[in-house]
Formats: sequence, C-alpha cells, structure tokens
Amino acid sequence: MSKHKKLKDYEEQIKQCVKCGACQAHCPVFGEEKKESVVARGKIALADALLKDDVELDERFMADMSKCLLCGSCFDKCPNLVPTDEIVMAARREIAARKGLTTLGKGIGTVLGHPALMDFLVKGGKTFSSLLFKKVPEGSGLRLRFPVPYIASDRTLPEISEIPFRQRHPAFIPGEEGKPTVAFFTGCMINYAYAEIGEALLAILKFMGIGVHIPSGQGCCGLPALSAGDGKTVEELAERNLEAFAPIAAERIVTACASCNHGIDKLYQGLGPGHDALAERVEDILVFLVKEGLPEKLAALPKQEKRTRVTYHDPCHLRTQGITKEPRALLKALPSVDFVEMEGADRCCGLGGTYSVYHYQTSKKIGGRKATGIEKSGAELVASACPGCMMQLQDTINHAGLPQRTIHVLQLIARDLPPYAG
Amino acid sequence: MIEPRILRILKDIVGKENVSADRADLICYSYDATQQQFLPDVVVHPGSAHEISLILKMANSEKIPVFPRGAGSGFTGGSLPISGGIVLVTRRMEQILRIDEDNLVAVVEPGVVTEVLQQAVEKVGLFYPPDPASLKFSTLGGNVAECAGGPRCVKYGVTKDYILGLEVVTPQGDIIKTGGETMKGVVGYDLTKLMVGSEGTLGIITKIIIKLLPLPEAKKTMLVLFDSIDGAAKGVSAIIRGKIIPTTLEFMDATTIDCVRKATNLDLPAAAKALLIIEVDGDADLIERQAARIQEIVAPLGVVATRIAATAAESDEIWKVRRSVSASLRKVNPDKFNEDICVPRSKVPEMIRTIEGIAARHQVPIVNFGHAGDGNIHVNVMIDRAVSGEMEKAEMAIEEIFGATLKLGGTMSGEHGVGITKAPYIPMELDPAAVAYMKTIKAALDPNNILNPGKIFLADQN
Repeated sequence: MSKHKKLKDYEEQIKQCVKCGACQAHCPVFGEEKKESVVARGKIALADALLKDDVELDERFMADMSKCLLCGSCFDKCPNLVPTDEIVMAARREIAARKGLTTLGKGIGTVLGHPALMDFLVKGGKTFSSLLFKKVPEGSGLRLRFPVPYIASDRTLPEISEIPFRQRHPAFIPGEEGKPTVAFFTGCMINYAYAEIGEALLAILKFMGIGVHIPSGQGCCGLPALSAGDGKTVEELAERNLEAFAPIAAERIVTACASCNHGIDKLYQGLGPGHDALAERVEDILVFLVKEGLPEKLAALPKQEKRTRVTYHDPCHLRTQGITKEPRALLKALPSVDFVEMEGADRCCGLGGTYSVYHYQTSKKIGGRKATGIEKSGAELVASACPGCMMQLQDTINHAGLPQRTIHVLQLIARDLPPYAG
Repeated sequence: MIEPRILRILKDIVGKENVSADRADLICYSYDATQQQFLPDVVVHPGSAHEISLILKMANSEKIPVFPRGAGSGFTGGSLPISGGIVLVTRRMEQILRIDEDNLVAVVEPGVVTEVLQQAVEKVGLFYPPDPASLKFSTLGGNVAECAGGPRCVKYGVTKDYILGLEVVTPQGDIIKTGGETMKGVVGYDLTKLMVGSEGTLGIITKIIIKLLPLPEAKKTMLVLFDSIDGAAKGVSAIIRGKIIPTTLEFMDATTIDCVRKATNLDLPAAAKALLIIEVDGDADLIERQAARIQEIVAPLGVVATRIAATAAESDEIWKVRRSVSASLRKVNPDKFNEDICVPRSKVPEMIRTIEGIAARHQVPIVNFGHAGDGNIHVNVMIDRAVSGEMEKAEMAIEEIFGATLKLGGTMSGEHGVGITKAPYIPMELDPAAVAYMKTIKAALDPNNILNPGKIFLADQN
C-alpha cells in the first residue's frame, strides 16, 4: 500500500482549476509545443477525465503525462494555486500502478534502490569510460558523450568522479566548540559526478568552524524515482535516509542540490512522523550559510582586483520554495565576483529528470532559450545551486557554442575563502 | 464522430500531425475560461490563410461547423464547439511579420500572444496599449475577435481603436483584405470594424494590421484609499472633470480589499472601504504635475491614505494588489460568475449602490472591482454551486444587475463579448430590429451557418 497520495486524492484540487489558461504563459513545454495536452490546464482536464473513466489510460495518456518538467512554473503563477506538479506525479504513479513501470522507470528504481549496485555501476562506468565515452576537447567545455540506451548521442554529461565523495571522507568531521554541527545529505550527483561541490561545501563549513556529519548509509533522495511514477522506491529510500539521519544530533540537514532539497522537504512529508521530522530538518546550504552570517564575512574580505563576471540560474526546486535571494546575496558579497543578472534567470533549464530522457529534443530547445540570456549577460560563469541544472546548462552552452562554464555557488565561495583554498 | 473521409481531407490540407480526433485532444479543446465543456469532433492546427481557406471551403460544402480558437481564455464561451465539428486552433500562426517604425504599424499573425507583440514594439520605442488581464497568454486574433479591453482603455481605447486592417478568410473560404496600412481610408464599407468584435462568426482572422503609438516616456502609479465607495467613485469623475485622463483608474470595493489584504505587503487599513489605483503616463515633468494635481482633487473625498510609487518595484507592489484579486475571491465562495458590465463613468456610484441592494436582497455575496475610469465594473457573484438554490439566486441576481445596468444607459459587456453565456440576455439590450439587422448580416455572409454557430445569438435564433 503506497503512502503517497493517489490521483483520486487530488479530486478537490483538480476541481479548483478554472481553466483560465494563465498556465500557458509559464509552461516551458507549452512554449515549445503550443498544444493544450502539454500545459497544466490540459493535464488537469485529462486527469479529471481519467478519474471519470472518460479517457483511456493508453499510450497517448502516458505520453501526455510524461511531458511535464515538474518545474512548478504553472503552480507558482496559478491564480488558484492548483498543484499540477503533484497531480502529474500522482497520474504517473497511477500509470505505474495500472500498467507497471516503464523499462527506464524500472531501471531507475533498481539502481537507486540499491546503493551498492549504484557504486558498482559507477565504478564500472569509470573503468570503462575510455571505451564507452567519446572524450571531447576540454576547451569546448564539453565533457563526455554518452552512447548508451535512453541517452541521446549528442548529449554531454559530467565525468564520473574518480572516488565517490562519501568514500573520501569520514562520517564525522568535527567543528569548533560552540559552533553548530550539521549533517550533509550529499545526493547522487554530488557523490558520483560533482564531488567538487561537496569538497567546496566542506571547505566553507571548515572556514565557518562548523562540524559536519556525512552518514555513509544515506541514499538517493528518491526524486528521480518519483518522477518516473515509482512511489515504492521513494518510500524505501525515505526509510533508508530516515535510518541514516534520525540518530544524528545535528539540528540541520543541509543539501547542496536543489532537487534533493525539494525531494526530501516536500515528498517525505506525510510518509510518517519520523519522515516529517526529517523533512523539517532539511535546509538548503545557501539558506543555512546566509543565516549563519556568511555574506557579511565575505563582504568584509578585501575585494580582489581580478574579478570574474558571474550570473545565476534559479533552479526550479529552489525558486518554487521562494529561495532566490540567498544565492544572490552570497554571490554579490564575494570579493572576486561581479554579479550580473541574466534575462530569464528564473526560467526552467529544461532538464526535468526523466523528461529530458524521454523528450531530449524539446528539452534541448527549452534549454536553448536560456542560452540567449547567458550570452547577453556577458558573464564568464553561470552559477547555480543544483547539479542537475548545471549539467543541463553546460549541455545547452555546449550546443550553443558559447564559452561559459557552469559552476556551483559553493565552488565560487570556496575559491574566495582565505587562504584562497580553491 | 468525424467521418474518416473528412479526416483524410483535413490531413491532406494541414498535414497529419496537425489534425487529431484523439479523445485526449477532443477533451483538451473542449473548454475555455467559462468552465463549460463541449467536445469537438476534430481539432485542426492550420499553418496559413491558404490552409484555412481550404478547410472552410470543405466545411462549407459539407456543412460542418468550424469554431476558431486562439488561447481559449475567453470568459463567454466564444471559442467553445457547442455543436461538435471542427475546432480550428490558430496557435501555429504566431509570426510578427513586420514592425514598421516609419509608419507606426505592425503586421502580425493571429496566434501572436498580446504581450509578445507589446514587448517587441516596446524594444523599438513603440507602444501597443490594449492590455487585457490575459495579455500574457491570450492571442491577438482572439483579442480582435472579441474586441478585448483592459485597464489602459480609459486613456487609450480598446482593441478596435488599434486595428487598421485585416486579412480574413470568409465562411465560403475566400481570402479577403479589409482596411489597409494607412491612417485614413474610406473606400467601401468598413469591414474591419465589422469584423472586430464579431466573435469569430463572420470570418477567420489570418493577418492583423495594427496601429502603434510612441511609447510614453514615463509613468507614475498611485494608490489612494478612501473611507467610502462613494468617495472613490466621485474621485474618478472629479479627476476626469479636472481634465486629467489617467492611463488607468482601477477601483476595488471593501469586500475586494478584504480579500487581498493578505496577498500584499502594503498597508491597507481597516478604515479603507474602497481604493483607486491610478496611473498616469507621458512626459516625466507632466506626470509629476498630474500626480500632484490628482492628490489635490481627491483630497476632500474622504481619503484615508495615499501612496505614490517612487520606483518600478513600488509600482509593482501596488499592481500586485490588483493582480491578486482574482485568486483571493475564492475566500468568499468557491464559484464565481464574472460579469463585465459597463456604465457611463458618472453612474458608477449609483451602479455600485444598486448592486449592493441586489446582493442584500438575494443574500448572495457580490464583489466589485474593475476599470472605474471607463465605467467597466467586474461584478463577481460569488456562490457555492454545491449548495442547492445558489445557482438560481446567482442567475436572478445577474439578470437584475443587467437590467439595472441598461437602465443607467450601460451595456452588459464592456470587454468579454456575448459568446454563449450572455446570448440569452441579448434581447434585454438590443431592440428586435437591431438583432434582426445583425442576423441578416450573418445569414448573408454565412448562409450555411458553419462559422462559430450558436454564438452571440441563441442557437434557435440563428
């Protein structure tokens, strides 16, 4: 029995959609396809029809429900705040319940649900990467192409870390007396691909004198599984993470991945009292650092002569929680950074988890719209606070032939800390 | 059910990827903002006037109804396929064909979203004033067909004042041009004016020639809170009598203010029983003087507080008060009937008092806000459909409101059009001879009644 809400549980919210059409202005997928079935209003109408047995749960229905980035733009701007993202996820669970998971969905569940398997695959992937992946020139900003099933052959992805982040560090790194201690939820992307973000986080916490727990038993947050309609795997992962984090005394569990933050904060709520308490403790690292007064500390550092022009992309999973000021406050305070806003900073990068796997060509077009803003900003670096966004943005930049690189806000901060740890 | 033969013809015309009779698509093109639902038999996405011409030729000879649709955001059911047939979606035709800076003209396709055109012309220092609340998603084709309005109409007029000419596909499938690109032109009947606001019943718009203005140098936004609705309403007349025509003059009554209090950081004290959002635009010096003069004019009318935006962010905060109205109304009741009556400006206070009386008599909450500057009041009758007897109460109240509106020399629709929701009330406003005159036009131009049938006039009246 799934603890997640069923589509039927959203009947009231479905009724709240007054079909005004405002969602058309904000849906990145509708912006490309201009068809009602992809926009929130159409999806709500289809979900409603399914509940009334007015439409078949067939290939077509499944395809329509797969065309959602879960970016929350529609929900954000909806006059009646209809939670279309949640309704789409419930529809995907309904699909999985009635038709079974897709092959990709099964794959995601199998890998994410078994961290040992993930470690094994990643290690294998690393070993065979020279055979599997086509290396592309460093200077172009491209990293690797991924000639495996489901991944478009022209897609560029980050290189897998030599040693996963969690294996490089002890489960506890003490801080200074009297300072708080946090627990770090690393997430898969940071653990396996963007370990440098994790390293930057540790450097900053060290600078602040803050101790950190990195529980080794933690796993994926579960968001990719939920996006695929796999509620069961999410619940298993939620259990695993509860086991890993509940005994740790730290008041805050910090994340450096917007998706993990959203995944735990929003999707664990309602799974049980322990899960609710866990979700309550989760905080994005940038919010935590602002509360701890890091911007003031950074602003007090001497301005550096050689500065980099940096712009910022809002990850949907932070934007929809209203976390937009904190990353900017930190970037503006940095001694080596000239911050510049870009046009459409709050527009989704087009990744959307499984969306970009199923619909890479449209995903690329949605991403392509960001390229204009990036180019016009004149920035050398595009900062963000979500490794998923960084991956998609770098792919976008590569396709547009732009010189920019993506970077996590934490990496920029770490670079500026005395004695300029890098 | 659409005949396979018709489906094949449509696919030949627009390509098979642009035709669908899938149940999912029929559902997705069965509604608009009225929340009523009518399933079409087929949905077609043409890409050119030529394709639309071929579709209409076929539909006319086969006697299949065609329902043109832009964003499907209308409030009166103008695009609903009430008798099955073809829903013809213009979204693929979304090119801004030309912006002519020498002649202040733009030529666009009907699927262009209103705000997209506004932003494009503003980039070159020009201005397209009509600004319906739906401007971020409604299409210009729909705006023209319904003659959309908006807050800026008090100074700048409505959509029809900016349409110089059109390309139209007639119900028989001919492609005709009306008007042109000149400011003047009096050759033949003014078919452009006939088409604007004809709600897709006389032809399908495939190209729009738009008049532009120079972009005003600056604007200033003010929020004035009054201790009574009378004070606010008198303020509107007093400002205009004082020879100032603001860009916008939006008002809200006490119930509306109660609804939005939580949605804004602005202080809206309990003593505020009505408010005006006033914006002036033009030369930077001029708007300073106008803002000061407006304050003097309204001062004796029971002003509780005034706030003048100094920055764009402050102006945005004031507009947020207005923008949050729609969503906040649900606090009153779950279902709303949004009517857009329009009375002569000076009659606004009397109209509001009459509506208050109707609300009390029928014991149904009615929330009023809107474009006081042009007498266009959004009257929202708030009910809970689930409660028995509520629908009947709402209907009676609405009919009485229309009656009172007409008595004051007003009209039952300032900007939403008639569609299907207001069709039953048409005889209240138009005399039988006028209705007959209009029907003669429709019958002459569309003898088989294939184009958007059942709209404006009741189906049995067509």
